[in-house]
Amino acid sequence: MNMNLTVLGQLIAFAGFVWFCMKYVWPPLVSAMQERQAKIAEGLDAASRAARDLELAQSRAAEQLRESKHQAAEIIEQANKRASQIIDEAKEQSRLEGERLVAAAQADIEHEINRAREDLRKQVSELAAVGAAKILGQSVDTAAHQRLLDQLADEL
Amino acid sequence: MADSSQEYITHHLQNLTYGKLPAGYVRVNKYDGTETELTTSTWTIAQSSQEAKDMGFMAVHLDSLGWSVFMGALFVWLFSRAAKKATAGVPGTLQNICESVVEFVQGMVKDTFHGRNPMIGPIALTVFVWIFLMNSLKWIPVDFIPGIASMLGAPYFKIVPTADPNGTFGVAIGVFLLILFYSIKVKGVGGFAKELSFTPFNHWLFIPFNLFLEVLGLLTKPLSLALRLFGNMYAGEVVFILIALLPFYAQWVLNIPWAIFHILVIPLQAFIFMVLTIVYLSQAHEDH
Repeated sequence: MNMNLTVLGQLIAFAGFVWFCMKYVWPPLVSAMQERQAKIAEGLDAASRAARDLELAQSRAAEQLRESKHQAAEIIEQANKRASQIIDEAKEQSRLEGERLVAAAQADIEHEINRAREDLRKQVSELAAVGAAKILGQSVDTAAHQRLLDQLADEL
Repeated sequence: MADSSQEYITHHLQNLTYGKLPAGYVRVNKYDGTETELTTSTWTIAQSSQEAKDMGFMAVHLDSLGWSVFMGALFVWLFSRAAKKATAGVPGTLQNICESVVEFVQGMVKDTFHGRNPMIGPIALTVFVWIFLMNSLKWIPVDFIPGIASMLGAPYFKIVPTADPNGTFGVAIGVFLLILFYSIKVKGVGGFAKELSFTPFNHWLFIPFNLFLEVLGLLTKPLSLALRLFGNMYAGEVVFILIALLPFYAQWVLNIPWAIFHILVIPLQAFIFMVLTIVYLSQAHEDH
């Protein structure tokens, strides 16, 4: 328990260790810790930013979905309207077409009737002439009796 | 038994001393009692407590100095290994441990020291870890390393450097010199002298009284640092030695609780030494 040169030795050792610690131990460790701190802060920052971005994107997506639903409904409504319009048009057209066809057919029929009547008239006059000739025993001069024949035909 | 017990205790409290014996000194052989007179002054290893005492100041405690330097080297080696490979990415185990310690010390410095001085951190870290490592040698059973040393021929061996007043005073004087250095650096010689002369009573009539108080206060700082650490460690050591006097089968009843208690004492003393170092250096930086 004597005080002696050991004190001096210990003092020198202390100075040496402090110097070494100051030069080679403290700065790299502290700078590594600070760097990591900065990195972690950066990471946390990025994470919160990403979360905000995600929220934003989600709300935007929801909005877009709502909008597109709305648009789809509009389109469907328009399509329905258009469809009924097309159907109406088609009905109208077919009605017109049908009327036209009916009119044409009636005209044809009228025409046919007239022609048949004309034929019939002609044949009747001929038949009358032949009958008269038979009755009179001689041929009737058709040309001489034409006026009579025509009169007959008109009466028929 | 009383005699041998006393011998055992004093033996365990004696450092391995290498020093200068003056010419004409009579050495007594402790085994056969023969006396030899030295013709010239010689540097040698003390073979008895009396010889160690007679060597006076010109002596070195090889065990204290060796173990403290070894522990300091261990600190420096471990931490510089961690520092060399330090990355800002995911740290390894060693780096993790070292960073925890550094962060702890840094927190203490930030809380206590309000100036700006990049030296305070390394000083506090060195003080804390080094003293902790030196104190922790107490956990090694008291007869273990001294037994090996005596087999190797060393007459005495005491491994805890902080249970040697030389060990604690060495560090405390280092802190004291730092206090003086920073006081003068921050305040200038005049400012420091003025602080010593005009506090606590700011009147020229009180200068001698103030000087007496302040110088005493200044000198008390290293003294309290050194004696507190030494007292705690020495007392703990003595208790371990006393427990070692018990029969071997009964020792565990006392020395296990005592060793567990030192899980508190050893870091606490290192911590107190570090905190007081920071506080004293902080005071040295304060301008009144």
